[in-house]
Amino acid sequence: MRKFAIIVAALALAAPAAFASEGGGSAAWQQWHAGNALGDRASLQRGARNFMNYCAGCHSLKYVRYQRIGEDLGISEAVMKANLVPPGAKITDYVVSAMPADFANASFGIVPPDLSLITRSKGSDYVYRFLKTFYLDPKAATGTNNLALPGTAMPHVLSDLQGLQRAVFGTGGHFEKFEEAVAGQKSAAEYDSFVRDTVNFLEYAGEPAKLSRATIGVWVVLYLLLFTAVAWLLKQEYWKDVH
Amino acid sequence: MANAAEGAAKGGFRAWLNKRLPVDEFMQSQLVGYYAPKNFNIWYFFGSLALLVFVIQIVTGIFLTMNYKPGELTAFDSVEYIMREVEWGWLIRYMHSTGASMFFIVVYLHMFRALMYGSYKAPRELLWLIGMCTYLALMAEAFFGYVLPWGNMSFWGAQVIVNLFGTIPGIGPGLVEWIRGDYGIADSTLNRFFALHVIALPLALALLIVLHLVALRQTGSNNPDGIEIKAKLGANGKPLDGIPFHPYYTLKDIVGVGVFLIGFAIVVFFVPTFGGLFLEAPNFTPANALSTPDHIAPVWYFTPFYAILRAVPDQRLGALLMGLSVVAFLFLPWLDRSPVKSTRYRGWIWKLALAVFTVSFLALMYLGLMPAEGRYVTLARIFTVGYFAFFVLMPFYTRIDPVKAVPERVSYHA
Repeated sequence: MRKFAIIVAALALAAPAAFASEGGGSAAWQQWHAGNALGDRASLQRGARNFMNYCAGCHSLKYVRYQRIGEDLGISEAVMKANLVPPGAKITDYVVSAMPADFANASFGIVPPDLSLITRSKGSDYVYRFLKTFYLDPKAATGTNNLALPGTAMPHVLSDLQGLQRAVFGTGGHFEKFEEAVAGQKSAAEYDSFVRDTVNFLEYAGEPAKLSRATIGVWVVLYLLLFTAVAWLLKQEYWKDVH
Repeated sequence: MANAAEGAAKGGFRAWLNKRLPVDEFMQSQLVGYYAPKNFNIWYFFGSLALLVFVIQIVTGIFLTMNYKPGELTAFDSVEYIMREVEWGWLIRYMHSTGASMFFIVVYLHMFRALMYGSYKAPRELLWLIGMCTYLALMAEAFFGYVLPWGNMSFWGAQVIVNLFGTIPGIGPGLVEWIRGDYGIADSTLNRFFALHVIALPLALALLIVLHLVALRQTGSNNPDGIEIKAKLGANGKPLDGIPFHPYYTLKDIVGVGVFLIGFAIVVFFVPTFGGLFLEAPNFTPANALSTPDHIAPVWYFTPFYAILRAVPDQRLGALLMGLSVVAFLFLPWLDRSPVKSTRYRGWIWKLALAVFTVSFLALMYLGLMPAEGRYVTLARIFTVGYFAFFVLMPFYTRIDPVKAVPERVSYHA
């Protein structure tokens, strides 16, 4: 039996060496992390505001209701109605964009995707990188292109805040760095936290239960630890008889 | 006075009940009177755990069915409805999705136990075959269930798996159309998969599990020493190395249940997607026939077989080998010619063979998750050879394997 274990261990240790990763060219932006925290309620509230002001014109959150956002993020119904629920919508409505699909198709050639699950299908880091890597590209219909989603039909709607940047490509079309072309209203650090808050809100919108599930999980695991300890003591007591 | 009357009423009911339904007799013969070897180790927890996961899947499945709506226009939305609007819906859904992966983890460990201790060998060939049928039914059940959320990976995964039947000569294309009920994976496919997932296969699984337990009661459990405990009976006619299943193993299994549930809860509450292994990121995008995911891979529990499929350049041969890689287990009782059951008393050749198989299986599992390119394909071919060598060469190496003497009584240290 021991010999078998040694053989398995030896082979198991040898196998990963054969799989040594090939790696890949990595520009710094691909390593950026959103660094958002769902526990930061103020950040979530700012993110909700950012989303309603800058994203909701075109993008929907069709699985999320305004009321639920208010309840989960601690925003009172009055504040929700005054600031976040668009005129004509009820607080119990789903967050659906006001833009008609035909209009979107005519303007952008695409209906802007629903963002309810964007952080689940692509990840929070992806959304963060996407919102930070718009750059000037005269060949693009919108005037800008994007490193995270090359050829995107989305214009840089946050350019007032971020400003506009040029991308410097090295030999072989390899991205090297950004250079500021037009300054925005926000400093780099301010824009960063603006994007982080927005991503934070989108991560919440992707899975509202995420706000509470880990907290519940701690209690469940503690209970199970206690249960297992008692079960083990009981088993030990009975197994005393087995020789 | 009141107590006596109560006692009489209780005894009275019990007597009344047992006259009509053999409750006590059943408990006595199946739990208390059933003697199991006393030397079970950690590997013997996984049978009862598989039963537990089956129950979790049935119960959570019933509640999911109350809000899930099969149909290509409703399925994806209804899953999100469960995740967001149904009270505790997220918990039920995560328990079910985690349960699917956990089912395979415990079943694979349960099967590996049988390999290690020769539990498939005579007189337990039928027990093994019934167990393998259960495993096949479980694979079908898991596949159909995986399609139901109607995410893009569900859709394309179904496409790949169903098309495998198209490689069967002659009837292939017609068969694929018959399975789908349409010219592509469509609404009719989703609805019939739902029917199979919630009725046909759970029924089949329940029946097979009962048969598995009946066959187990007939032969009795094997044990880490691979010794038949029935060969040495005590004065009371019970095996000297056996102990009553209840209370000894019921209590021991409950400890196993506790430990298992801790792991289960950690996944459900803290890492329900398990880094994209249990719930894959592309499946949070609705099924789209016009947009293929960058990289189609089945869920981790099918990837060893998927890697074998892709390792073969010819698709038809690949599908055949993939089928064989699953079916091969059915022949184990007759491929293994060793006079000894347990690895403890087998020689180095068997240990080497089992190690090669184990590493090949795990490596193929990893490779099936990776894109089928370059070195990954080469490695998959090498490990496919290792995988099949275990089965094909078994009649030879088990005959020349230098086995040790098997003791008469099991080894047990209290």
